Amino acid sequence: MSQTEAGVAKKFLYVNRKAPYGTIYALESLEVVLIGAAFDQDVSLAFLGDGVYQLVKGQDTKGLEMKNFSPAFRALEDYDVTKLYVEQDALAARGLTEADLVVPVEVVGAERMAEIMESQDVILSF
Amino acid sequence: MKFGILVNEGPYTHAASDTAYQFVKAALAKGHEIYRVFFYHDGVNNGTRLTVPPQDDRNVVKRWSELAALHKLDLVVCIAAAQRRGLMDAAEAKRNGKDADNIAPGFRISGLGQLIEAGIQADRLVVFGG
Repeated sequence: MSQTEAGVAKKFLYVNRKAPYGTIYALESLEVVLIGAAFDQDVSLAFLGDGVYQLVKGQDTKGLEMKNFSPAFRALEDYDVTKLYVEQDALAARGLTEADLVVPVEVVGAERMAEIMESQDVILSF
Repeated sequence: MKFGILVNEGPYTHAASDTAYQFVKAALAKGHEIYRVFFYHDGVNNGTRLTVPPQDDRNVVKRWSELAALHKLDLVVCIAAAQRRGLMDAAEAKRNGKDADNIAPGFRISGLGQLIEAGIQADRLVVFGG
């Protein structure tokens, strides 16, 4: 654990497992990330399974009558949230590559993802 | 150990709230501390006093209220999630021009910062449901 001016920083990992619009989990997870950014903790995001769809470019939600919240991922950098990990097999299984995503990410294999999870203090899974 | 608890599903449809309740009860019985129980997503529906489950079934909401009273638990309902789903205390009802409130005894409405704070302050944050 590292020290910050605000006190002891913990390592928070937000695990995103769900597609963006079928349920509210993805949107409300992002709301936690944005609020949590004010707390000066060491934040990472992981995208597994259908969660990788949250980051796909060119989302058009007009027909769904829901708000397209994918642009908010591009704002994360302004909140110093820059560690985004995407599981390699989840991307490949859906015919996606890093070039299809709205933000720069680190594509990692399942073993590396397990290590990332192992190193956290708090894991919030949505 | 000091536990933070996150409940992400409402009563009855999912067992998440039941499991969280049993976990909290067991942890308290073993002498552990519950720093806070935070209700998010449909989990906010665990905080409505208007549920009327069949008499031969458990009363999920009432059970939380009673446990909170017994152990001075801090039961926090996320305000943003609550507003979406129609869970109100008197102050929120007034602020939003609604004609009623429905929050159960022992619950309070507050922001997501309370969840992050629970993650920071607790030794373990345990997530139920979602």
